[in-house]
Order: sequence, then C-alpha cells, then structure tokens
Amino acid sequence: MASKKFDIQAFPGFKPITLLCLIVLYAPLVIVTVYSFNASASLTNWEGISLRWYADVFSGPESEKFKIAARNSFIIAIIAATTSTAIATLAATAMVRGGAFKLRTVSFGLISMPLMVPEIVTAVATLIFFNAIGFDRGLLTILLAHIAFCIPFAYLPIQARMQGIEDTYEQAALDLYATKRQAFTKILMPLMMPGIISGFLLAFIVSLDDFIITNFVKGAGVETLPTAIFGSVKQGIKPNIMAISTMLLGVSVVMVTLSYLVSKSDKTK
Amino acid sequence: MAAGAASGGSATTDTYKEARTWLLMPAWVTLSFLILAPVLLMLVYSFLTKEFRGGVVWEFSLSAYDQFFFDRGLFGDEPAKIEWTYITIFWRSIWQAGAATLLSFLIGFPTAYFIATQPERVRPMWVFLITIPYWVNLLIRTVSMKFLLRDQGPLNDFLISTGLIDSPLHIVNTNFAVQLGLFYSYLPFMVLPIYAAVERYNFTLSEAAADLYATKMTILRRVLLPAVKPGVIAGCILVFVPSMGSFLAPDLLGGAKNFMIGSLIEEQFKGNAGNWPFGAAASMILLTMVLIILLIFARQQAKAEKET
Repeated sequence: MASKKFDIQAFPGFKPITLLCLIVLYAPLVIVTVYSFNASASLTNWEGISLRWYADVFSGPESEKFKIAARNSFIIAIIAATTSTAIATLAATAMVRGGAFKLRTVSFGLISMPLMVPEIVTAVATLIFFNAIGFDRGLLTILLAHIAFCIPFAYLPIQARMQGIEDTYEQAALDLYATKRQAFTKILMPLMMPGIISGFLLAFIVSLDDFIITNFVKGAGVETLPTAIFGSVKQGIKPNIMAISTMLLGVSVVMVTLSYLVSKSDKTK
Repeated sequence: MAAGAASGGSATTDTYKEARTWLLMPAWVTLSFLILAPVLLMLVYSFLTKEFRGGVVWEFSLSAYDQFFFDRGLFGDEPAKIEWTYITIFWRSIWQAGAATLLSFLIGFPTAYFIATQPERVRPMWVFLITIPYWVNLLIRTVSMKFLLRDQGPLNDFLISTGLIDSPLHIVNTNFAVQLGLFYSYLPFMVLPIYAAVERYNFTLSEAAADLYATKMTILRRVLLPAVKPGVIAGCILVFVPSMGSFLAPDLLGGAKNFMIGSLIEEQFKGNAGNWPFGAAASMILLTMVLIILLIFARQQAKAEKET
C-alpha cells in the first residue's frame, strides 16, 4: 500500500464527493447553530450575535411548555435506557454464554424485531395494544414503548463486546470456587463495562430522539421535547426552536463522543 | 438474524447454561408483550369494523383492505373499480425511497471507499465524522434542512449573492426535498456496510486487473463492485426500508402534494380521518412489503455465505 507511484486504490473524484458529503451532513446543523445566536426576530436578517433566544427558551412565553417537555424527555430516556440496558445485558449473557439452544434464533429474531419493523408500524401496533387493554395513554405508555424499542440498540454493542471476551477469566474464578453469580458480577460484568456503557448511551439517545412512537402513544397534553418541537415547528420555524435544537444537538454530540471515547480507550488497553 | 446466530462462534460458551431461561426471561416478556403481541393485534384490527371517531367495533370485516384497493362509489353500491389513491401513495413511497437510496449510494459509495482507503489510524475518526449527524435528533436535522432550503433561506441567499441565480429556487415542498431529507436521515446506513466491505476487499485483485490493462472504470465496474456487492446491498436495504415508512421528511419537507405511506397511516390515528382498521391494514401492507424485502435479502446473504 505504500507504493505512491501508481495508486491503484485512488479513484479521481472520490475525495471531492466525500467532502461534499460532509458539507451536506454538517451544513444544516452549522447554519442552525449560527442562526440560533441571531439577535434578529426575523429568520432572514442577521443582526449580530446575541443570546436572546436562549433566554427566551428559559423564560419566554413558551418556556414552561419546553421545561416540562424536557423534564419528561430526560426522565423517560434515563429510565428507559437503564431498564433496556439491564434487560439486554442479561439477554446477551444467555445468548453468548448460554451454549447452543433451540430458541436462540427465535430469541435473536425477537430482540431485533424493533429494528426490522418500520417505526411507524411499531407505533400503530403499540397504540392499538394500549387501547385494547384499556391502558390510559400518558407518560407511562411512552416509557413502556421506549423500553421495548431501545432493547436492540443496547443489546448489539453488549453482545459484540461479550463475544470479544474469552471465558477463561470466568473459568479461572469458577475453578477457585467462585459461584456462577460471583463469576458473573465480579468478572464478566466489569469486563463488559465498555459495551454496557455504549449500549446505555445508544439507548439513551434513541429514546431522547424518538418522535414517531412517542407521538402515537402519548396522551393528550403530555409532551416530550421532540413532540413539543414538532408542534411548534408546524406553525413555522421560530428562532427559539433553533436555540433548543442547538442545545439538544450539543447533548447528542457529547453523548456520542463519550461512547466513542469509551470504545476507543478500551482498544488501547 | 443469521448474523447473530452465526457470529456466536469463537467466544460462545455454556458457562451460564442453567440460568439462560431466567436471563432471557425479561427480554422475552418485554418484547412479546410490547412488540410481538401489538403487531399481531394490529393484524386482527385490520380485519375489524371501524368505529367513527377512532377505535373499532369487534366485528369481522374486509372493508379496510377493500377500501385500500377498490373504489365502489360514494354509497358502496357501484361495481368495483381499482382505487388508485392509496396505491399511488404507496407507489410514490417506493419511488421516493428508491430515489433516496440511489442518491445515498452515489454519494455514500465514494465516501465509504475513500474512508476505507485512508491510513488505518485515521479511519475511525472519519467513520465518527460521518456518524455524528446521525445521532442528532432526526426531527432537528429535518427542521434544519428545511431552514436551509427555504425560499428565503441561507442556501438561496448564498446562491443569489454569488449571482448564480436571480430568483430563489423552490426546493421545499418538492419530491427532491423529500429525497434530500431521506438521504440526510439514513446516509450512515449506506456508508457503514460498504465501508466494512471495502475494508475487507483484497486490493491485489485491483492490481491484477490493472496489470492486465484494465482501466480504472473497468476495475470499478468489473472487479471492485462485484466484490463488495453484499455490503452495497446491505446499505441499500438499510436506507430503503426506513425511508419507505418515514414520516418526518415527507411531512416537513414534502408538503401535502407529496404524501407518503407514513403520513397516510398517521392520519388514520392522529388526524381527522380516524379509520383505525384502515390504518392497521395500511401498516400491515407496509410491514409485509418490508418483510418480503428482508427475507429475499437474508436468503441472498445465506447463499453468498455458502459460496465463499
């Protein structure tokens, strides 16, 4: 690969396309971030830098609505991500360390079902289900739907991580008269931590982002950030929406960077 | 499905064999009750009679599917004609998803290839750069796209100020805006599998072809693309499937004229139409189409795995 004389790998035009791709991916986000600092109340004119729309988010006319929505979103995301990560960790242990069994393929199919069924179909199905069993729609229905939907996102990094861990450590512990429970909690779990953290962060972001399913299963008047933003955007994009978007964007970028660093620090070990 | 079962390979052991039923129980219970049972119930609902103002009457009826495919006049007493309204919406969804997939491939393939041929050390950083936007809230990304593309938006301002155009381009509320939105929504799904395939590609094959006087174009078409085909197919499916049932991009960027399946379904439950069995039937038709695509794909992958 070191040969520079005739580069067999390079195709002309691929690099410009890659750069174009990055521009298309980042331009909208950068523009919205920049315009969130616009002092003007109009979307089109630029009147200098100001934090007025951030102040508006926290104390403006819509601030109460967004505060409640943000609190709902974060509470749901934390509980849903924690629960689904716990469920996924146990499931991954059975799938990777449970030997061969008949229901293995079925179990994997069930776990990945939320990824295969289009989101809008899951949304419809969940709404119908809650309606049929007479479960009143509200925060709890959103939470239950999110727990189920987040399981595969938490599961996949955990499974990948567990497959990379030799079982010799647990075997050694078992040989030294550790119980299975001890081998699991004292040996396997600590080794699994990077996978579990990645899984948790992914599930957290997926829950925080979800609009379609939440929109279907939420009760009247119950809002999460995405549904509140959607409701507001339907009446036209306003500068305060751009300020909220920029803050949420920041949260996502921090979470993904954390997840990246966790997986990276692990490889260098 | 096959991937998980097959890749168990190396580190699969039976240390926790006795406990596996209990370990899997929470996942089984949660997913059976909250995903599997609801989907089955949705199938049942699609064969029930509609209640006005949402909900159903528990009475068997084929009218949801009938309404989808046939037009029997206002009072239902005329001879059945094919009803094109909903078929057109599905067809448009397939077409739009296909166009978005093609766009993602045309941009995503060179990008994935470029990243895979960078020095190994910097590749994760490139992959990271491509995936960051994906983790930003889809709603926010779609709204940002709309903001950028508006008639008085920054893109048009920029193009007018450079003198390239005189009057703003009308991009929002066109098919192209929806395709762009879908491309923006799912691009990493195209890039990542192709990247993985190119990374495994043996470049001596390209060298051999070049030694035999193949041009770059020929190498690309006859050697490289066939070799990374599984990655390309996986990428196309991962973009096509969610695009078809997407709601936000068509709703925010497409406007009323560019209605897709997602909006049709949403309207049955959230909007004024309020026909639950019809919404359930439309969802079942969408789900069936997706499952058929995934099944064909799984078969091909299994066949490809056997051959190698």
